[in-house]
Amino acid sequence: MSRAADRLRPGQDAIAQKGWLAAHKWLLLRRISQLGILALFLIGPGFQHFASWFAAGNHGADWPMLAALIEKIQDGGGLWLVKGNLASSLTLDTLPLTDPYIFLQILAAGFVPAATAVVGAAIVVVFYLLVGGRVFCAWVCPVNLVTDAAAWMRRRLGIKANHVPPAATRYGFLVGTFIAAAVTGTLAWEWFNPVAIAHRGLIFGMGAGGCFLLIVFIYDLLFAQRGWCGHLCPTGAFYSLLGRTALLRVSASRREACNDCMDCFAVCPEPQVIRPALKKAGQESPIIRAPLCTTCGRCIDVCSQKVFRLTHRFDRRSSS
Amino acid sequence: MNAIDSADRAPEKPVVSSARRKFLAGMAGAVGGGCFMTLGVGLSAWQNRALAAQALRPPGALPEDEFLAACTRCGLCVRDCPYDILKLAVPGDPVPTGTPYFTARNIPCEMCEDIPCIKPCPTGALDPGLTDIAQSRMGLAVLIDHETCLNFLGLRCDVCYRVCPVIDKAITLERQHNARSDRHAMLLPTVHSAHCTGCGKCEAACVLDEAAIRVLPLPLAQGKLGAHYRKGWEEREKHGGSLIGEQVELPVRGLEGKPYGDSRVGDGEQPTPENAAEAADEPTPPGIDSRWRP
Repeated sequence: MSRAADRLRPGQDAIAQKGWLAAHKWLLLRRISQLGILALFLIGPGFQHFASWFAAGNHGADWPMLAALIEKIQDGGGLWLVKGNLASSLTLDTLPLTDPYIFLQILAAGFVPAATAVVGAAIVVVFYLLVGGRVFCAWVCPVNLVTDAAAWMRRRLGIKANHVPPAATRYGFLVGTFIAAAVTGTLAWEWFNPVAIAHRGLIFGMGAGGCFLLIVFIYDLLFAQRGWCGHLCPTGAFYSLLGRTALLRVSASRREACNDCMDCFAVCPEPQVIRPALKKAGQESPIIRAPLCTTCGRCIDVCSQKVFRLTHRFDRRSSS
Repeated sequence: MNAIDSADRAPEKPVVSSARRKFLAGMAGAVGGGCFMTLGVGLSAWQNRALAAQALRPPGALPEDEFLAACTRCGLCVRDCPYDILKLAVPGDPVPTGTPYFTARNIPCEMCEDIPCIKPCPTGALDPGLTDIAQSRMGLAVLIDHETCLNFLGLRCDVCYRVCPVIDKAITLERQHNARSDRHAMLLPTVHSAHCTGCGKCEAACVLDEAAIRVLPLPLAQGKLGAHYRKGWEEREKHGGSLIGEQVELPVRGLEGKPYGDSRVGDGEQPTPENAAEAADEPTPPGIDSRWRP
């Protein structure tokens, strides 16, 4: 296979070496996680919709057993596993969770939230401090589906135009959202935040919110490679701040086996995080410690030499 | 860099290192991004922060400016509304994106006694201190169009009055003479802000194609007296007498024997004999004549 074709379809060597499934293992797990979390939120309202459709169509006459089951579930309060959305949620009527980024915007806007939100935000912060902040980006955030699709299509179409703003722009955006909240006294950014709009829209109805996702898609496809998630998104910037103590990390533990095929750099949403670990640039440890790493595991998938693996922060094993 | 650059540069000046250049570019991006975000998003939010007149907040919602700071846009209130009345605004709605609201004309608040929508609110944007739904102020009903309201046309529609959950307190029917027909009463639906919760039942039930009575957000619906205004009759009550002393009372022809200033025509009172005599001289108009004259 020619190198040019290779660059359009990274991971071909890995598929040939390991088989398709093994070369997509982390990608598939990630999709299951993203869609599964969405499903947890959607089961409750989905069941309500189904029950009302069932009742309205008088289907109970044809399906008496199902009608009895639906009635029983409804008497028990429905199938509400998780209520709300990523901004704030309530799991099984007991576990409150609140997005710490939105929580801080509320504080910046000059309001002190009630205890439930404080507890909910604290739980989320502790969780992401342990697993790594940007695990949110790769494993939870619904916009990742959009930007991954844009990145995939960009590679396939061989689109070269790439006008990326500096990667630090997102931290400016992050600070800007807090200043805007403080100045206007409202959660100004939440008017536009594609992350919040996508998740809320999928659960409560999208309206014209799809426009925001389309803008992100077009921007990533035609203007800037990994432009949104990798350079602009303030939510990702915020969660990267919770990434310095992450226990869960990718390690280039077999870096001596690297054959410089560059496939990992081609698929990585934050390619700059790989070099220090893989090429010993400024660090000895094979662990990718950069807080911007989303722990998506795509580098593990596409490497035909099995250089990378998912491990914990203190795993200093290296095959050398 | 290029030849001109290196020729222009003084030889002793150190060349800006690539790391430093990268850092500066990053800083420029961060500062530029920050300004862009603050100005763009801030200005837009500032411009759009007003709530559209047809959108009402759930019961217990803090005043709008505080609410926009406090609400996480999570939709837990929407989920716990047993009547599916609340919606989260989507981009394109005339309401800040993601915040809960309802449209009274489509589906009004049922005023649940236990106010289930307030309970799950994680931040307190819906005030948990509100425990009596009768004290909620989602808006204020206003009989906005006197030209189409059927009761103003002299009919006995009364639907807004009948459906009001706080009937005879939030909406009363005030009797007035119908000067057009000259022989009927008009019973005018009248809203009292001391009791109206803004649930929107009246607006939803109004039988007109477009409602003549509408629930508006409080700041739109209410006037405000100047802080220095005093109502004479209230002050007199409070102080047990007029604050400006008793006034000279001149007799008013035809109202002799009544308290000063009282020109009301009570039940059973007849027009004065003088008027009656004049009326007797007039040719009797066709139809019934109540003999009432303004």
